[in-house]
Amino acid sequence: MPLPLELVGSLGIVGYGLGAIGPGIGVGLIFASVIQGTARQPEARGAMMGTAWIGFAVTEALAIIGIALAFVFGFVGAPQ
Amino acid sequence: MNVVFWGLMPLDTGGGEPEEGFQAPGVESFDLPPLYPGAPEWLDKYTLMAFVSVILVAAFWMIMARKNKMVPTKGQFVGETAYFFIRNSIARDMIGHDFRKYLPFLIALFSFILVNNLWGVFPLTLLPTAASVGWAYGLALMSWVLYNAVGIAKHGPLGYLKHATLPAGVPKAMWPIIIPLEFFSNIIVRPITLSLRLFANMFAGHLLVLVFVLGGEYLLLHTDSIVNKVAGVVAWIFSMAIFGLEVFVQSLQAFIFTVLTANYISSAAAEEH
Repeated sequence: MPLPLELVGSLGIVGYGLGAIGPGIGVGLIFASVIQGTARQPEARGAMMGTAWIGFAVTEALAIIGIALAFVFGFVGAPQ
Repeated sequence: MNVVFWGLMPLDTGGGEPEEGFQAPGVESFDLPPLYPGAPEWLDKYTLMAFVSVILVAAFWMIMARKNKMVPTKGQFVGETAYFFIRNSIARDMIGHDFRKYLPFLIALFSFILVNNLWGVFPLTLLPTAASVGWAYGLALMSWVLYNAVGIAKHGPLGYLKHATLPAGVPKAMWPIIIPLEFFSNIIVRPITLSLRLFANMFAGHLLVLVFVLGGEYLLLHTDSIVNKVAGVVAWIFSMAIFGLEVFVQSLQAFIFTVLTANYISSAAAEEH
């Protein structure tokens, strides 16, 4: 019996959603530390932000690779 | 709620009839035809935007570098602020005392990427250049060649290889693990992440705008339910907020690309500790 409603699409997007969990937590941790550091020592904010952006970029790279792979692998074997 | 979801998701009702309804934007939304019929294949909107941005950036810095006075005018103030931002908070903070050599490259890189990203919110283009992955690859390749060349010029070919793959103070037993890992990370993965970061941010941002604008258009104009029409208007209003987010992301990515390039240069040129 065919299902009354069938979803089609790319499973790669689900994989990307899973892959974005780690970088999401990581980016959150980075900026949580910056906020804490700024609260403790406001004049060190500039120095912390410089490092934070690099850390943010490196952490975010995982999510970025994830979205690229979601599109690369998502269409392998997709219907039509 | 089924009615609302109908327009938002590519649903298949199981029948064999040709697919109707909303076609979600995807990778094919980024394949643009050549500018005019009969144009060579490479001459598309991306190329045009990149060429125009080269002219804009060159004109901006030439005008800003001309006729500087002791008491700056308003225009000169804008140029100096932009210059000092890149000079002090990117080049000097990252590279250190030897930063002057690399300053022209970093300024050109930052302004070129910024203008190209901001094409994504400019009303006549609405498409960032780096949403086509080739442009991001080209920019990252330039940075990759530069930082490796700086390292080789400073340490010699073998010296640079050792410098890049072997951190100081690693015990000999760890060398077989550390050296391939560091080589993989510093020589191979760096340019890939550098280009993919720029590309994927621009790509995903543009896709987000497309989903909200095209989905809103479909809900408003091609469906009958009043709930859908309200949802379509809300989607259009919300797309303005997405544009605001995009301006932030686009400026941030231009900044991060330049900061990381400066960081790679400084780590390639660093003295042994």
